[in-house]
Amino acid sequence: MKAEEHGGNGARTHIIVRDLTMAYGSFVVMRDLNFTISRGEVFIIMGGSGSGKSTLLRHLIGLQEPAKGEIYFGDDNFTKADEAERQRILRRIGALFQSGALWSSMTLAENIGLLLEDYTDLNPEEIREVASLKLALVGLKGYEDFYPSEISGGMQKRAGLARAIALDPEALFLDEPSAGLDPVTARRLDELILELRDSLGATVVVVTHDVASILTIGDNSIFLDAEASTITARGHPKELLAHSPDPKVREFLTRGLPQEAAQR
Amino acid sequence: MAKVARKPEAAPPRAISFEEKDSTLVVVLSGRWTLEGHLPPVADVEQRLSGAQRIAFDTRGLEAWDSGLLAFLAKVTELARARRIAVDLSGVPAGVRRLIELAEAVPERKVARKQDGEPPLLARIGERTIALAGGTVGSLAFLGDLTLAVARFATFRARYRPWDLMLFIQEAGPQALPIVTLVSFLSGVILAFVGAVQLKQFGGQIYIADLVAIGMTREMGALMTAVIMAGRTGAAFAAQLGTMKVTQEIDAFTAMGFPPMEFLVLPRFVALTLMMPLLCLYSDLIGMVGGAVIGIGMLDLSWTTFYQETTKAITVGYVLVGLFKSFVYGSLIAFFGCLRGVQSGSSSSAVGDAATSAVVSSIVACIVANGILAVVLYVLNL
Repeated sequence: MKAEEHGGNGARTHIIVRDLTMAYGSFVVMRDLNFTISRGEVFIIMGGSGSGKSTLLRHLIGLQEPAKGEIYFGDDNFTKADEAERQRILRRIGALFQSGALWSSMTLAENIGLLLEDYTDLNPEEIREVASLKLALVGLKGYEDFYPSEISGGMQKRAGLARAIALDPEALFLDEPSAGLDPVTARRLDELILELRDSLGATVVVVTHDVASILTIGDNSIFLDAEASTITARGHPKELLAHSPDPKVREFLTRGLPQEAAQR
Repeated sequence: MAKVARKPEAAPPRAISFEEKDSTLVVVLSGRWTLEGHLPPVADVEQRLSGAQRIAFDTRGLEAWDSGLLAFLAKVTELARARRIAVDLSGVPAGVRRLIELAEAVPERKVARKQDGEPPLLARIGERTIALAGGTVGSLAFLGDLTLAVARFATFRARYRPWDLMLFIQEAGPQALPIVTLVSFLSGVILAFVGAVQLKQFGGQIYIADLVAIGMTREMGALMTAVIMAGRTGAAFAAQLGTMKVTQEIDAFTAMGFPPMEFLVLPRFVALTLMMPLLCLYSDLIGMVGGAVIGIGMLDLSWTTFYQETTKAITVGYVLVGLFKSFVYGSLIAFFGCLRGVQSGSSSSAVGDAATSAVVSSIVACIVANGILAVVLYVLNL
């Protein structure tokens, strides 16, 4: 099935979500989500705590099955794909989990190397070299042989990012990248995300409620509202901050402060 | 305020009285309304609420207040609102009024409140049944996936890290030897000791060798290693996988296209299932050494007699039966260890439950399997 039939706009469109309803058993988290993500943009999924942002991300990377609706990567229907097709799509995406989720029994180099080992024909020496390079990109040169438990939370996040970009993914999914980081480290991570997007040309999908980060890196966004159980606003975050008709969205983006104070 | 006055009998002097003026109930509070002692009862006010259209407070006699008064007033306000009685808080201290307003600022979310009390018996039976059915379906699906993974392993098509397999073999094999040695030796000693007391009565001391040899090879070797490995390795598998679930490491495997069944479960399953028969063989041997120590030390048998009697008693069949049992036990322990780990919830207590449940299920499963095998082997004349 072609993506164009579903309202995509050709090569620019990367990910399409159609009529997605997410549920845990009979409890519906979000219903009738429709949005498209363009190639190379930083797409923000925002919303208050418990609004289902992370659940949406889990659907996008195939960890949870939609109760209804479909997800497309380019022209490929991810939801209806068979196992081999799924693996092929997953190979082209990278994900950073909230806690980093590095494999704790492996060193950082092995964490990254596992992907290269399995998906490329590189020999162990080359794998090690590529792993070092990825770690260097996130500022962790020299930490190849450290175990995840031996480095700080911020470093784990960055190492998780290095693992997510191990295979030069076309799409990068980040779950709360700045959660638990101090403001300076969080801002550096934002810069790193933009840098990686520009150099790798990857589409970046970020789940976050960090307003500073949303306004800095976001090209496009959707706002999930827990009470309405669906998307209540979409567009460029700065536009939303200035002109959103929904007071809830403005309140979120200004952290409940008067607008001038929030924009600084 | 004296800090030592924490005893309940030192209740602060406080008083509550009521005045009724043209359908307005005025609650007069005086004394110390604090958390010391007990929370003031609301029932008195509740009784008088009927008939009133408005409720007001007079707190001029109040000496001290804290959250005790606040909890009391919040409850009274809630009761009054429920009966559509107007609440006039102008008589209470300003601080109390502001705090009550703060507490009422966000309306209670109806779905957020958990259901009070236990659901009725039938509902509970229904819920348990549905949960049980769901759990059974989940376990069967896991068993099916595991079988497919083992099939792929056997045909060299499985994706896993050989290094992991080596590590688990090391963990489930050589590293278990010291504890298996100790327990098997003592099992042999106990078997021989219990037997010796009886056999001595009619001069059949020599049959102690037969008792230990057959007992260890057919039953005890396999069962003892199973109990040890369930507590040692089965629990460890459940805890490892449960923790990996909490830290989202399993999600990371799935999201990056590595099937957790092959990457995480398969090496553990294969390692334990392969190592168990070897451990069992070792346990048989050590058990017989334990028996020999009793036979020679207590019953004055010689090494050679004991050895000859043992070789006469033991048959390849007995050893193979024991090895087969240990193979079955090993796969059951690995299965339940991994199943409970993968099914674990995402909290620290859930990981503990997973480990406990792994040990309990695998030992129960081993005993049940032993019972079934005993009947089957009897019918087959083995």
